[in-house]
Amino acid sequence: MSDRKIEHYVAPVDPADEIEVDRVKLGDRRSNLWLDAWRDLRRRPLFYISAAIVLIVSAAALFPSLFTNVSPTLGCDLGHSNGGPAGGHPLGFTFQGCDVYSRVVHGASTSLSVGIFVVLITAVVGIPMGALAAYYGGWVDSVLSRVGDIFFAIPYFLAAVVVMSVLSAHRNVFVIALAIGGFAWASLARILRAEVLQVKNLEYVMASEAVGRSRFATLMRHVLPNSLTPVIVYLTIALGAAITAEATLSFLGIGLPPTTMSWGNDIAQAQTSIRVAPMALFWPSLALTITVLAFIMLGELIRDALDPKARAQR
Amino acid sequence: MSKYEMVDILPIETPPEIDPSAPLVQVQDLEVTFVTGMGDVQAVRGISFDIFPGETVAIVGESGSGKSTTATALINLLAGNGHISGGKILVDGTDITRYNENQMATIRGKVIGYVPQDPMSNLNPVWSIGFQVREAIRANGIASGRKDVQAKAIEVLQQAGLSDAERRMKQFPHQFSGGMRQRVLIGIGLAAEPRLLIADEPTSALDVTIQKVILDHLESLTRDRNTALLLITHDLGLAAERATKLIVMHRGKIVEAGSSLEILQRPQHPYTKRLIAAAPSLASRRIQSSVVAHVVDDGVPDMLRLTARREAIEAKLDRAPIAVSVKDLRKTYTIRRGGFRSEPLHAVDGISFDIHKGTTLALVGESGSGKSTAARLILGLEKPTSGAVTINGTAMTGVSRSDLFKLRRQMQVVFQDPYASLDPQRSIGAIIAEPLRVHGVGDRPAREARVEEILDQVALPTALAHRYPNELSGGQRQRVAIGRALALKPDVLILDEAVSALDVLVQAQILQLLADLQEELGLTYLFITHDLAVVRVVADFVAVMDQGKIVETGSTDDIFDHAQQPYTQRLLEAIPGAGIEFAS
Repeated sequence: MSDRKIEHYVAPVDPADEIEVDRVKLGDRRSNLWLDAWRDLRRRPLFYISAAIVLIVSAAALFPSLFTNVSPTLGCDLGHSNGGPAGGHPLGFTFQGCDVYSRVVHGASTSLSVGIFVVLITAVVGIPMGALAAYYGGWVDSVLSRVGDIFFAIPYFLAAVVVMSVLSAHRNVFVIALAIGGFAWASLARILRAEVLQVKNLEYVMASEAVGRSRFATLMRHVLPNSLTPVIVYLTIALGAAITAEATLSFLGIGLPPTTMSWGNDIAQAQTSIRVAPMALFWPSLALTITVLAFIMLGELIRDALDPKARAQR
Repeated sequence: MSKYEMVDILPIETPPEIDPSAPLVQVQDLEVTFVTGMGDVQAVRGISFDIFPGETVAIVGESGSGKSTTATALINLLAGNGHISGGKILVDGTDITRYNENQMATIRGKVIGYVPQDPMSNLNPVWSIGFQVREAIRANGIASGRKDVQAKAIEVLQQAGLSDAERRMKQFPHQFSGGMRQRVLIGIGLAAEPRLLIADEPTSALDVTIQKVILDHLESLTRDRNTALLLITHDLGLAAERATKLIVMHRGKIVEAGSSLEILQRPQHPYTKRLIAAAPSLASRRIQSSVVAHVVDDGVPDMLRLTARREAIEAKLDRAPIAVSVKDLRKTYTIRRGGFRSEPLHAVDGISFDIHKGTTLALVGESGSGKSTAARLILGLEKPTSGAVTINGTAMTGVSRSDLFKLRRQMQVVFQDPYASLDPQRSIGAIIAEPLRVHGVGDRPAREARVEEILDQVALPTALAHRYPNELSGGQRQRVAIGRALALKPDVLILDEAVSALDVLVQAQILQLLADLQEELGLTYLFITHDLAVVRVVADFVAVMDQGKIVETGSTDDIFDHAQQPYTQRLLEAIPGAGIEFAS
């Protein structure tokens, strides 16, 4: 067996192999994480659908007059109570005889502002808490993370119910956003903490410190920007969830005062007459569902676009 | 204590009527294609080779050459998006590419065994070692019944070189060292006494001394059983030392195949020639042999030429002033031991050395020797417990923050992992200019000019300044990292495993670049590495570290020719390829 001659095979020289080792091959287009994610998003039909919904809802919130000239509160005629669609009133009338379409359009502003304020509060509290805890570690981490755990342990919806009951005299958009966001930031801090823990051990962070950048400057310049992906995803989804939370609180009667126009209030008022006029309940619910769904889908799409691994799978 | 304690290696069964002169496995025009979002990628493009019973064959190639894909195609364990798109794999003359899952199961383990690449991730951490070995034994139908399976499992582990197998079976993977885990995986791979064992980079994750022990053991096991061995490796020296037949792969094709010695001595294909010239593990053998006395400068990086040039420069630098001085440096960590007890860990235990200006000192050690901690201490990224570091006569330890900030300009660092050392969200230009900005050097146009100058120095196109790291290969990223380190015109560079993660040809280029830069700019290098083969090529002086202490220092030639300490000698012997006789 050992006598068997091993023949020496040499492949014909392929001129393609002769090109210089490790030659720089640049693509025609510049490419980086954000550009690639943007290109990826633009290829997805679902992105256009959810972005369009978000844009329409935002337009309705900012300029309701673009969509309707009918006042949602004035000119309500009890004679039309629970009436079906009529000329100029495509979605019919509420129990109070107000125009359903107009109320849905005007309700967008409340829902969206609650969502945005909640996201702002969550980010302003959650990002420093999570980032500082993970980056500095030691006792900073112990203190900040325990504070976060305390808030995490309180079911945030229950907390919001309590806050809203106590502050029943001051029910407005800011208070309700504070009640929801004030307890929701702990999840964000946890997510960011985990991400920063990973990023802070990468060599470019060490390289930045070896150059002489201070620890805090390194955190701001290198660590935080590279940890933001899950934060963006979480906040987009949280915006949708906050809109639901506001509607739920309003539905329970401890959210915004009944005089404020909001999808939650409309749903609450329409439920009393659900048997005679189900559509008055249906339309604000549909608006709520589609809006929340759009934000959640957008969050998922951004997650896919920013995660190169998920992209490679397709 | 059971009766199985006494079981020793079972007598080798003679395989049923196999013609030893007929090939065991014949690969014919094999093609493997991966379906990706970017279109189909052909990873293996029509390769053919035979493996005869009892033969050791090595497939050598760089990353992306298709060597691991070939191995996984043989047992049809390709990743989900890959498939065999052409050619045949004949086992005893039967084509197994048409086999379904059930038929493949009769081949895997029993005819072809497989030892995966990474011992750290290929054992399931939630099951005991014993459970996983028993599972493999049952799956291959080697034994049935609790007692028989248990007895066989103990036997398998004992043969894999695990003393005290019965007790250790109850332990979990995290209680095993990397070398132990690899033994377990080899044991599992050999459990059903396959006729061919595929070992895919079986020792790449291990220290050199452990690597040698594992490979020796693998060799003796396969020899005893007359098992054929297919070794997949990136290390030409290792392949040539272990295998009788060598297959060199490049971009999915075989460029050269033949007997190991013949290929090393008389490579025909230009790619093989380049590989041999670039392999540090072969350099020291080549230095001592007459075969390669004449090295032609044909623009291809050659380890021999690099070594010769270093020696020529070194002679001139004998009287150079001291650039870096480390005195009795110590770092002690406190390790928590449960409850309120703790114990000290002396990561760096009183090391001292000097580096003369313009020379290279290699700090060599295996994992856990404290060499990387030493690097962080010298860089001032961590505070030493005691001791002093002096750069160009100025103390770096115990100085104020602003003084340390100024001193940092004189010493920069290049890290190991090219994929982690560049911030993915900054452009190449911004990365290289960062040290300049932090230290307030020059205005914007001046910094841009300096970035272009540096890109030129590290042989990258200046157009790269506006691109991002994700467009670059590992070697190119490492050039950018070197560029960033050079931005402030430092005197001293600390190279922390700076070439360890690179493919051999790229590694040769980077070593060449580092040598060029040293000559041009008079740089002083502290070269931290586990790879003694590279040390021979780049270093003027060597300090060997073991368990936080420097056990031996000397000039490179002294260490390689007359190492005094047994630890150093073991390290030297373990360099793959050290056993190859080059002279014909």
